[in-house]
Amino acid sequence: MPIVVARELTKRFDKLAAVDHVSFEIQPGEVVGFLGPNGAGKTTTVRMITCTSPLTEGSLTVFGLKVTAHPREIKAQIGVVPQDNNYDPDLSVIENLVTYGRYYGFSPKQTAPRARELLEFMQLTEKADHNVEELSGGMKRRLIMARGLINQPRLLVLDEPTTGLDPQARRLIWQRIRELKHSGVTVIITTHYMDEAEQVCDRVLVMDNGRFIAEGTPDGLIAQYAGSEVLEVAPENPNDSNLQKELAACGHFQQLGDKFEIFSGDCPDLLNTLRAKVALRSYGVRRATLEDVFIRLTGKELRD
Amino acid sequence: MDGFFPELSLRLWTVWRRNFSVFRRLFLVNFILPMLEPVFYLVALGYGLGMFIKQINGIPYSRFIGPGLVSVSMMYAAYFECTFASFVRMIFQRTFDAIVATPVNVEEVVAGEIFWGATRSALNASLVFVVVSLFRLTPIWWLPAIAAIGFICGILFGSLGMIATSLVPSIDFFNYPIYLFITPMFLLSGTFFPISALPRAVQVISYAILPLSHVVRICRGLMLNDIKPNLLLSAAWILVVGAVAFFTAIRLMKRRLIK
Repeated sequence: MPIVVARELTKRFDKLAAVDHVSFEIQPGEVVGFLGPNGAGKTTTVRMITCTSPLTEGSLTVFGLKVTAHPREIKAQIGVVPQDNNYDPDLSVIENLVTYGRYYGFSPKQTAPRARELLEFMQLTEKADHNVEELSGGMKRRLIMARGLINQPRLLVLDEPTTGLDPQARRLIWQRIRELKHSGVTVIITTHYMDEAEQVCDRVLVMDNGRFIAEGTPDGLIAQYAGSEVLEVAPENPNDSNLQKELAACGHFQQLGDKFEIFSGDCPDLLNTLRAKVALRSYGVRRATLEDVFIRLTGKELRD
Repeated sequence: MDGFFPELSLRLWTVWRRNFSVFRRLFLVNFILPMLEPVFYLVALGYGLGMFIKQINGIPYSRFIGPGLVSVSMMYAAYFECTFASFVRMIFQRTFDAIVATPVNVEEVVAGEIFWGATRSALNASLVFVVVSLFRLTPIWWLPAIAAIGFICGILFGSLGMIATSLVPSIDFFNYPIYLFITPMFLLSGTFFPISALPRAVQVISYAILPLSHVVRICRGLMLNDIKPNLLLSAAWILVVGAVAFFTAIRLMKRRLIK
């Protein structure tokens, strides 16, 4: 049985459709990423899944239960890591976990061993009795992740879990997500970091303007939309007629200032042709990434 | 799901418990220091002003204002807890958002906050009452009754505060209910002089719309052993208005919090 089933799921704020008739399923044990620029509808979608925002139209079930009818039963089995670090600043690190456990109906006695375990898991053991405000940004984030696991959730929902963190902290969180997956937890993650999606996601759903515009494995999407390699060339003259002719023939490329990125999967000999016909200041080939897919699908204009 | 009566379970006490944990951490600041306030009031008004007033309706002035101070402490404790303190938790600390991601729902968060405000009211009223009785201005055995009245009236004042919290666009807007409602209530509810001294129209308004006037009447009746049937009328007023305010607060907070 799928963990999440959404059919024509829609959320409108006044007239604006933040999520616009989307349908998807999430299978047990999957790590699924919702990708998209700011305002694409990722957070709104996960807030409906976590039963914190009512849906306007369509249907949504989690663990086979309708979110409209059984929010408590669903929430009892979900762990949430929200976009904001909404830890409780009036309580210590360990009290944050124990108090949060109480909201799930666990007594402090029941929660304490689990809380210690989670602090160990997120490498916060030495900070157990500190005030939360004394923690660094990365530690606060890890505390929120520990808190999201206090009820041993079947489904963990992370909304931009590593935004603003240093590379070490990001890697720790990614590693923990992979470990949770191996222990059977289903994970939903929203992000606009493409490296994050490539690192942890089995499958990604690319959103824009409240709709899905692409879906697949990270590798599958790269192969489909960007080819295996990206050719980067910086011509002496961006308006060179030979260059323009070859690019037009090749199809997919984008100009970034005086540099061109060409999704060369479509025309493998392009680099040799260009080197022969066009004066190039520099050129190179790199592996295509999900970022190329993202920019190609959602455009390069700023969103907000 | 959208009926007038909210979906409440015992989970609301986990919200209460969270506030109690925080309160305990700051016990001295929260509880011992406020004990000084009634002492200053009793010395300044009871003995200072009392030198000139001597008696009201045959009662020494310091004995007359004791119940006023107890009543006022209920109002301020619950009202401030459910306005500024709740607003900070809701907007700045996002505590409510964190809680509603668990099986606790919005209704229970709001009810837990109001009951916590009511608890603060009961605690502060008890504290002030003990100080007043130490000045030998009232018999100590009314303490349990005062605590219970403090809790019930605290639900009323806390609910009124929560209604304000559900409506204010930003924290500065609390000045409206404070200057237009709380301050006049503090002064015109029979706290420091009998309501009967006011113009007839103001008397009517005071008993019609100012909850504190009923609280003062009940506390004064008990603390001065002057128990009359009109205390029951005031008790009924508080229970009815308290219940309506409580359900209204929950409904308005749901509107604010669920998007």
